[in-house]
Amino acid sequence: MAEPFWVEIVSADALVWEGESTQLTATTTEGMIGVLAHHIPLIATLAPGSTAEVTATDGTRHVVAVDGGFVSVTLTRTAIISPYAQMAEDIDIDQARRDLRECQDKRDAGDNSMETEMAYRRAQAQVKAVDH
Amino acid sequence: MPASLRDLRERNRSVQATQKITRAMELVAASRITKAQTAAQSALPYTRELNRAVAAVASYSSVTHALTTEHPNPSRSAILVMTADRGLAGPYSSNVIRMAERLTQTLTDEGREVVTYMTGRKGIGYYQFRNRPIEKSWAGFSDKPTYGESDQIADELIARFLADDKDGGVDEIQVVYTRFETMLTQEPRVRRILPLHVVKGDQPHEAMPLYTFEPNAATVLDALLPLYVRNRLHFYFMQAAASELASKQKAMKSATDNAQQLIENLTRQANQARQAQITQEITEIVGGASALSGNEE
Repeated sequence: MAEPFWVEIVSADALVWEGESTQLTATTTEGMIGVLAHHIPLIATLAPGSTAEVTATDGTRHVVAVDGGFVSVTLTRTAIISPYAQMAEDIDIDQARRDLRECQDKRDAGDNSMETEMAYRRAQAQVKAVDH
Repeated sequence: MPASLRDLRERNRSVQATQKITRAMELVAASRITKAQTAAQSALPYTRELNRAVAAVASYSSVTHALTTEHPNPSRSAILVMTADRGLAGPYSSNVIRMAERLTQTLTDEGREVVTYMTGRKGIGYYQFRNRPIEKSWAGFSDKPTYGESDQIADELIARFLADDKDGGVDEIQVVYTRFETMLTQEPRVRRILPLHVVKGDQPHEAMPLYTFEPNAATVLDALLPLYVRNRLHFYFMQAAASELASKQKAMKSATDNAQQLIENLTRQANQARQAQITQEITEIVGGASALSGNEE
């Protein structure tokens, strides 16, 4: 079995998840990366509206919806730092779908504001995380 | 002339009703402080990781970023004033407003133009009543701020800071908020959030590993600093919320105590009035009786 390492997932107002893991995959602005134990120290920007996945030592996979932020790897721990990070199991899927539809309608109506765009990406990531 | 017995009893009842309300408000505020403190606690990991990341980037690249650049000759400042949405919190909002006024005065004396941003209905009302200009205001979350609101406000402030001087851009941004020291003391404070002042080697006891940055240090910094500003702002909002609730609890506690004292006084006066009435009635009966018996003789 792969060697475990400590992973923390933090959002702006809570420590969303932490635990021993064997693998972490995330989508950075440069593409997918996989992190295993003893990865070199790294700070990478996460792609907006993407998902990340942690495999805990007991084999369960946890999917988290992120909206920008970072993955930071140090010698002792790895963290996903994203202001709106949310675990798939905590996401209210109906709410997320509704948000997504709302944002789509707004965009179709010609609303190009940053806010709508951000909300759209966030909802998209949440739906993606649950459907994973 | 002493008030009538009925008046006294009526006033007593009304004070008792008020006391019930203030006591309930005191208890509500007390329970919400605990919630506010828990919220502040659970935001700590994010702050810690963010600070670590900023320190990491700062120690590996020479930090020259628009958000950290000090204007050589600042001519326009923005202040963000955090007040409460509702009153009944003692001097909470007026303390913040007084601090903001003093800051505005100082900045104006230094020859700077001051742009005011305001959160909380109390501050908005105070400025509007005096016809003072508010650049932009937000309300409705003073005792329960979420990250989303800080995010939105920070966006606005950062955009204003980065804007060109000609387009009304500001050279620095200060925040007036109330620091939560303890349950008993909360102090209004002024803190500058922009430009950022980056202190290198924040954690000298912890050797920084050799980081790789993806895509590169500059881009990471570009994404990191706005998040840092948002987080600072969110921190100040949470402090302000805890302070507001603590002031409210204190104000409501003293209101309840005052009501208690009033009730005691009114009860005493009512008893006295009742006694006086009884005495008067006895005197009248005795007087009447002796007058009658005098007639018979």
